[in-house]
Amino acid sequence: MILYLLRRALYAIPIALAVGFVCFMLVQIAPGDPINAIVPPDAPADVVEQVRKDYGLDKPLPMQFGLWLYKVVQGDLGRSLATGRPVWSDLSTAIGNTLMLAFCASLLGFLLGCILGGLAGTFRGSAVDRGAVGLAVAGVSVPHYWLGMVMVVIFSVQLNWLPAMGAGPGGSSDWSWDWDHVKHLILPMVTLSVIPMGIVTRTVRGLVAEIMNQEFITALRGKGMTRGAIFLHVVKNAAPNALAVMGLQLGYLMGGSILVETVFSWPGTGLLLNSAIFQRDLPVLQGTILVLAMFFVALNLIVDLMQTALDPRIKRA
Amino acid sequence: MSTATTPSAAEAELAVQARQAQAKSAGYWAGVWKRLRRDPVTIVCASLLLLMLLAIVFAPLLAPHDPYQGSMIRRLRAIGTPNYPLGTDELGRDILTRLLHGGRLSWFMGITPVVFAFVIGTTLGVTAGYVGGKVNMLIMRTTDVFYAFPSVLLAVAISGALGAGIFNAILALTLVFIPQIIRVAESVTQGVRSLDFVDAARASGASGFTIVRVHVLGNVLGPIFVYSTSLISVCMIIASGLSFLGLGTKPPEPEWGLMLNTLRTAIYVQPWVAVLPGACIFVTSICFNLLADGLRQAMDVKG
Repeated sequence: MILYLLRRALYAIPIALAVGFVCFMLVQIAPGDPINAIVPPDAPADVVEQVRKDYGLDKPLPMQFGLWLYKVVQGDLGRSLATGRPVWSDLSTAIGNTLMLAFCASLLGFLLGCILGGLAGTFRGSAVDRGAVGLAVAGVSVPHYWLGMVMVVIFSVQLNWLPAMGAGPGGSSDWSWDWDHVKHLILPMVTLSVIPMGIVTRTVRGLVAEIMNQEFITALRGKGMTRGAIFLHVVKNAAPNALAVMGLQLGYLMGGSILVETVFSWPGTGLLLNSAIFQRDLPVLQGTILVLAMFFVALNLIVDLMQTALDPRIKRA
Repeated sequence: MSTATTPSAAEAELAVQARQAQAKSAGYWAGVWKRLRRDPVTIVCASLLLLMLLAIVFAPLLAPHDPYQGSMIRRLRAIGTPNYPLGTDELGRDILTRLLHGGRLSWFMGITPVVFAFVIGTTLGVTAGYVGGKVNMLIMRTTDVFYAFPSVLLAVAISGALGAGIFNAILALTLVFIPQIIRVAESVTQGVRSLDFVDAARASGASGFTIVRVHVLGNVLGPIFVYSTSLISVCMIIASGLSFLGLGTKPPEPEWGLMLNTLRTAIYVQPWVAVLPGACIFVTSICFNLLADGLRQAMDVKG
């Protein structure tokens, strides 16, 4: 198993490199000369040439990638075209906000998903089961950016209970755990939690139903074990797979929150990406995608390692 | 489950199902049809989708107004306004008309990428699964890389770099779904490849191409097709999402995601008109999702 863990960890390196290459290529596939993605369109010709040299854009593509990678590893993601600031300075605050939103949303989604899925799997075929399955299908089918708008219409426009935009009073992006800030978190969090809720419900329902059908559960029942004790056995068997799905969902939310952040003007990576797209600010686009993708690669690795560690039956050569 | 390197339990099960598929008799499709007919949810969803399809195909005949012609004096009317049953948008255009016309692009952008990805992904996946060895290595490791991006992020990244436009959005979405279909196709094909009837065909001198065409494809297309139908719902949501972000369709073209975006400013004036286009996306997406579930059960594909 140690060997497997080691190999799996090592395999993340070429994946990370290749993901980096895809992000590098994003600027290359953009229409027009990549230099236009770095300097403003009104820059004088000699400045353009100087920048071209500085960035090594006069060199062949593989060398350019090497140079780019060298800078990225040192934390230099380039400068924003719109603001002139280093990409990382805006990105670092944004990523914190996205991470918090995604984390809270996944937690809520997992909690609801486990409860619904557990109930549905235990009482298969009942009204509870049908209700949970229906909710799960709705959860994965709903365009979450639209759900966000509906939430705003109900809770902000009609009822005036919760704020519709931003992460804090007066458009502040500094977070603190007081009611003024938390009430800004509620709507985006609930909106975003719907997807993991749906997927976790489906997964947990399937797992629980499958485990309940296995012989050892019948044996435990025959032995006279109480429902609570049997429940613990089911949890123990379902945990590795359920945790893996949940871990990946957190990663998907990091990337998927783009649209929901746009709806709520949540000052995270989604809003950053949105303005980068709008202004065609390719360095910001590239940097943000790179950091989010790397986070996802790391999360994938952690989930895989955890799953193997939790479930010794998984023996992968 | 579907982690980056190992095929998920669901995918493995697909392979097992494909293995059992050889037992299918001529009455298989009759059985599928019989099971589908007895499934009320699937029938309702399929009928709804058919109705919607007819409505958007005949949109020019059904729509009461011109989808592009607005008027400053009747902007943002409420639902139920005479002559404008679903109200008007921020430029005074009839919402019902634009929803009917908008469905065309939304459906087109939701289905085309999946069709392209189905063709390309099946070809590559079956090749990887059947040929194995270095070819498999090359295709599957490339797939791993694209799998390392969350789908929405990859779609936004590619179409964000390429710039707004329907073509770019479809290209981006196709690239998002190819790896997912490759994975399923590869694991199903591997399951079929090691079966006796494939060995028998090889022993009797059939070429690799013939074996794939006659013996493999028939057994793998079903599961891949079912998986692909379940992607339409996701594709529609992401495609409209791209338009919502200002990628994808450009104004004044009617498209549900774009309409949702431009109506967002009207949320305090006519909130219920503003959320209508999203409701259309939701209904379509949930119907496709339930239809895929029904097909999966009727065709006896697990996963």
